[in-house]
Amino acid sequence: MKQFDYVRPATITEAVAAAAQPGAVFLAAGTNLLDLMKGGVSRPDRLVDVTHLDGLDGIETLADGSLRIGALVSNADLAHDAEFARSYPAVAEALLSGASAQLRNAATVGGNLLQRTRCAYFYDTASRCNKRTPGSGCDAREGENRSHAVLGWSESCIATHPSDFCVPLVALDAIVEIEGRGGRREIALDELHRLPGDAPERDTVLEPGDLIVAVRLPPAARGFAAHARYLKVRERTSYAFAVVSAASALRIENGRIAEARLGLGGVAAKPWRARAAEDALKGVAPTADAFQEAARRALEGAKPSGDNAFKIELARRIVVRALTLAAAGTPARIPALPASPFASTSGAIHA
Amino acid sequence: MPELNLTSAPAHLRHGSNIGQPLTRRDGILKVTGRATYAADNHPQGMLFAVMAVSTTARGRVVSLDVAAAKRHPGVVDVMTPDHKPQLAIDPEIKTNPFVFRMEVLQSDEVRYANQPIAVVIAETLEAATEGAALLAPRYETLPPLVGLDAGESFAPPVVGVGNPAESHHGDVEAGLAAADKQIDATYETPPQYHNAMEPHSIVAAWNGDNLQIDMPTQGLALSLARVAELFGIAHEKIHIRSPFLGGGFGSKGLMAGPQVLGVMAAKLVGKPVKLVLRREQMYGPVGHRAPTRQRLRIGADAEGRLTALDHHARTVSSTFDDFFEPAAGASHTLYAAPAIRTSHDAVRVNTGTPLFMRAPGEATGSIALESAIDEMAFACGMDPLAFRLKNYAEVEPMTGRPFSSKALRACYEQGAARFGWAKRPLQPRQMRDDAGLLVGWGMGTATFPALMFQAEARAAIRRDGSGVMEIGAHDMGQGAWTALAQIAADAVGLDIDRLDFKSGTSDLPDAGIAGGSAHTATAGAAIHSAGAAVIGKLADLATSDERSPLFGAGNAGVIARDGRLIRRDDESRSESYAEILARAGLAEIEARGTGAANPAAMEQYAMHAHGAVFAEVKVDPELGQVRLTRMVGAFAAGRIVNPRMVQSQLFGGMIWGLSFALHEEAVTDRRSGRIMNANLGEYHIPVNADVPPLDVITVEEHDPHVNALGIKGVGEIGITGSAGAVANAVWHATGVRVRRFPIRIEELLTQG
Repeated sequence: MKQFDYVRPATITEAVAAAAQPGAVFLAAGTNLLDLMKGGVSRPDRLVDVTHLDGLDGIETLADGSLRIGALVSNADLAHDAEFARSYPAVAEALLSGASAQLRNAATVGGNLLQRTRCAYFYDTASRCNKRTPGSGCDAREGENRSHAVLGWSESCIATHPSDFCVPLVALDAIVEIEGRGGRREIALDELHRLPGDAPERDTVLEPGDLIVAVRLPPAARGFAAHARYLKVRERTSYAFAVVSAASALRIENGRIAEARLGLGGVAAKPWRARAAEDALKGVAPTADAFQEAARRALEGAKPSGDNAFKIELARRIVVRALTLAAAGTPARIPALPASPFASTSGAIHA
Repeated sequence: MPELNLTSAPAHLRHGSNIGQPLTRRDGILKVTGRATYAADNHPQGMLFAVMAVSTTARGRVVSLDVAAAKRHPGVVDVMTPDHKPQLAIDPEIKTNPFVFRMEVLQSDEVRYANQPIAVVIAETLEAATEGAALLAPRYETLPPLVGLDAGESFAPPVVGVGNPAESHHGDVEAGLAAADKQIDATYETPPQYHNAMEPHSIVAAWNGDNLQIDMPTQGLALSLARVAELFGIAHEKIHIRSPFLGGGFGSKGLMAGPQVLGVMAAKLVGKPVKLVLRREQMYGPVGHRAPTRQRLRIGADAEGRLTALDHHARTVSSTFDDFFEPAAGASHTLYAAPAIRTSHDAVRVNTGTPLFMRAPGEATGSIALESAIDEMAFACGMDPLAFRLKNYAEVEPMTGRPFSSKALRACYEQGAARFGWAKRPLQPRQMRDDAGLLVGWGMGTATFPALMFQAEARAAIRRDGSGVMEIGAHDMGQGAWTALAQIAADAVGLDIDRLDFKSGTSDLPDAGIAGGSAHTATAGAAIHSAGAAVIGKLADLATSDERSPLFGAGNAGVIARDGRLIRRDDESRSESYAEILARAGLAEIEARGTGAANPAAMEQYAMHAHGAVFAEVKVDPELGQVRLTRMVGAFAAGRIVNPRMVQSQLFGGMIWGLSFALHEEAVTDRRSGRIMNANLGEYHIPVNADVPPLDVITVEEHDPHVNALGIKGVGEIGITGSAGAVANAVWHATGVRVRRFPIRIEELLTQG
């Protein structure tokens, strides 16, 4: 393996300084980074191990009703936090539908946000990939691309962001707290990930040294707990990325949708917030027709980037289903097969 | 490697004979506690690490390697290339016998497929060797690769599988089709698949002068040893291979693979022991795979639903440099009583590693197509798929007219259907829904696999303390040979299994034949059985010819061996222990050898096959196209069941692989580069636990007096046949959509809302 420096800073400030240098990357659980390094996809000169930093592994409710999740909280710990699952059921369901139990035990909140695409051409170092090697070209564009993006892609990159967790988070207006060289700042999660445009090598708006220290759910996010679901169609029931997924959250008052939230996964280089669909649902009754209209709007502008036109129709149907499930009410317990269309009838006893 | 200490936990205590007992695996505790020594767990003194550099181009030539850069890397000891390697005694391109396949051992700079080894870096650490391999930065002259089932001009291969004719005829197929009341003509495609054993191919090789010690997982100790001997020009007795455990093989560890030869070469080059372990993605190339197929089935039936003709043609691929042709159409030879059957194959050559045996080679690919087509034909005839199969039940082997040595398939159908509740199945598709509105479908498939035998030898001994020894270089690839063969051995020498020292898994023991073709238990078991009988015969000779023995005068036929004693058959009060017999004779041990092989006369006379019936229920989301298997019942008749627990596990594994075949598994090849884009267990999907509902296996009683002395047919591969088709047929029954390209993908089921 390529020789690299390994540093374990004592403070966040030290971590930011250590990672600001060219060739440095943060290491949390490494569930994605180590694979990238083994495959020669990522060849950092320095790993800045943040796993020992204090104060990043807490889940706390703030005075204003926000929930602040430390960047080092593991996916499993967060999903299995009973209070969290009650308040943000779609987020918990999304977490439990991701990866495998072993990976969820290790993977962190911050790392989940910053995982790289699973585009096979990104991982295959013999292929041209603008994300891996800027300006080299995109072999996915004419390649095996049935799982690639249908929204927001460009000729330079058709990769998707693979996270499940991010999909309900973006729908719930999650905020990302960042410590950088200029101190602390925060941005909406929706603004963290970039669409590829001409610079697909930049997944996010983060600058060198920027460390995600927490993800915050604003007070309003709790208001959807009674009607929130995550639905994920995938090629096997666990340990598979979404072909398409959707997070839907409704606030229903007097039989009408007071407010709707909708996010899509597996369709774009970022977790896709479908605001036009949300607008269409505001103030209407939760009917099949309304959901169809929302689905239509959610996929407006979608176009195949290859052999993947089916994903557009599939995404519409998933939107309808996710909204239907949300309208029916959050189940009392997270299903044994989280986010599966078979959640209600599987008879399975494990996630 | 320390002596194996196989457990004799209370689970092994039982009464009665050893064969037939559901013993837990005797190596189980070693495995779950991490004490089972797999090949790559060996670290001889001074061992170095070898890492292969593999080609990223699928066709062309390596024009440069930056050997200097690799050698400069700290810890790198040497770099083996076509220009710098030990000479082999023979050209590896020469096929010295039908079980030798061409391999890439740096004999030239030619690249024939992606992931072909092009250099080996040897270093003091795995990390240094890995980085050294990366630093080689090969440059290539690349030609457009040949990819896919339409890569070029097709040709009729001379043989398919191992020596089977590419074409077979029985009756007049065209006349049968012309006379048919109903016909179907359907084409099915199956993808390339890779074995993906959990344990990657590995080798630890250590030369001591011209003696060679090898630790390596293999399904064929003797064949591997012979291949090493001829490649390195050394005598067989100079080579010792240990392979006590395999983390799965599925056919890919049957023959000495190129990377393992490279490990031996690397050890020779540097004069130190070397370990070479394939990375997961490196298993997608030089160690075999299941070739893709495109199969056309034309079937005719008369007004009563009797088959009039069955025509099964399979297109497959082989590599550009060697021949292995997936014998997919052969699946149609044995199951259904058509008066006219024709099977044929053609092939194209592509830039891929040579396809090889992969669990049920031919039967698995052929079965999903045949069982789908039979399902389509049944529906065209307006018949229930089980009724249709019973209507066309083969009472004799259809192609040859030979009787079956035994065939309890009818009982499999009956018991499986009853357990599943098949009788309630509506004929029309898309009729059933569950409470949640999900589509429900029921499908079935017939399973079949030939009852094969190879050749094996075993050595049995009885020691002075009355204990027994059985030696055979057999292979436990996870199927439970350490347990099942020891059970046969214990019965063979009339001892409790705990009084028997069962030695296996090394090349200095008698040749057990290859662990393949579902034939290992039958073949090795027959050798064990015969060695045991021979040593008991010798012991009986000693006793019955000695006037001091209570058995004097009983004659060989007059004693039976039980619990460490020989007992006079007509007077059980007269008996003598093995120990007493040997003590009086002044012998420390008495030994005998036995062999196991097919009986050619019986094979001439009888068709020998295992059979089964698999019933599957799937649910399909009507809008989203997602499929889930919710129930599966398999009823199998495979002769004598040596260990019901191991057999059940084997059949579970096969049925799950059938599910995988129908719904999950596919190597995705980039059309332009010829590289496999999902060469890892994250993206090459096999079922996970959450995909598999509780499975139900029934082993149907079957007595076969002809296959071999023990009546064993083998269960290693049959489970995958029938199962894949059952799942695919259930998807059709749920949705009304007939998908003929496997695995069935979500988008194929989105056509209806």
